[in-house]
Amino acid sequence: MIAILAFYLFATLTIASAVAVIFARNPVHSVLWLIVAFFNAAGLMLLLGAEFVAMLVVIVYVGAVAVLFLFVVMMLDIDFAALRTGFTRNLPFGIIVALVLLAEIVIAVSAWKAGPAISGRAIPAASQPNIVALGQLLYSRYLLPFELAGLILLVAMIGAIVLTHRQRRDSRNQNVSRQIARRPQDAVKTMQPGVGEGVKL
Amino acid sequence: MIGLAHYLTVAAILFTIGVLGIFLNRRNVILMLMAIELILLAVNINLVAFSAYLGDLTGQVMAMFVLTVAAAEAAIGLAILVIFFRRRGSIAVDDANRMHG
Repeated sequence: MIAILAFYLFATLTIASAVAVIFARNPVHSVLWLIVAFFNAAGLMLLLGAEFVAMLVVIVYVGAVAVLFLFVVMMLDIDFAALRTGFTRNLPFGIIVALVLLAEIVIAVSAWKAGPAISGRAIPAASQPNIVALGQLLYSRYLLPFELAGLILLVAMIGAIVLTHRQRRDSRNQNVSRQIARRPQDAVKTMQPGVGEGVKL
Repeated sequence: MIGLAHYLTVAAILFTIGVLGIFLNRRNVILMLMAIELILLAVNINLVAFSAYLGDLTGQVMAMFVLTVAAAEAAIGLAILVIFFRRRGSIAVDDANRMHG
């Protein structure tokens, strides 16, 4: 009973917050709704018994991706109202297209008979903890894809740094070699200015 | 009882909302990226649901890889967005066809 209640709670909140992501006027609110959607999707995954993936969704999506979005939205000075032109014009047609797409997917799901063994069946009980089983699978059979996933992340990190890095002309950076090569006889000059005269540099 | 079809339906609705978001916010790249994240989330829910009901963990491993790709895509996409904004002073996608070299 509590599982059914929890499923409907998480499902409703996921969908409602996803709708709010799309329709929020303020993009900061969009990002915050996105965080709510991710949390509730993680709840759905918990109900499915996939604890590790659920925690991963919270850590990666909420902790990294959503914060990145928030950073960019707040850092860039963008007139978001101007970007919403055409929103209401596209709305009726867009909703029709979305409803057609949704109807197709739902019909396909309900007509799906490929696996009669699992339709209408409860989740089979796991013989060992989710994280243990996942770790054993990940470090044996899927070792190469796992390493490749790490490589993808590395490429993404370096790519993002290379893309956004720039040498600013107007910033005054420290020139270390010049600083070290400086000698007192070049830098310091003793002068004896006459009375009433200044020092000419 | 909550069956597999329930989860698939939730994922289908989420996917459709993501597609609708891309369609509606065609000028706003940030919202488009968020809609793509929603679509990938729907895919993840599908993978995890199938994995749980089949009793096969491969789906969850695949969900992890999708998560990896989603994070990389968000990082690269936002980096491109930042340099695009720095050049043009706007993020309207309509201007993107003026990007020559």
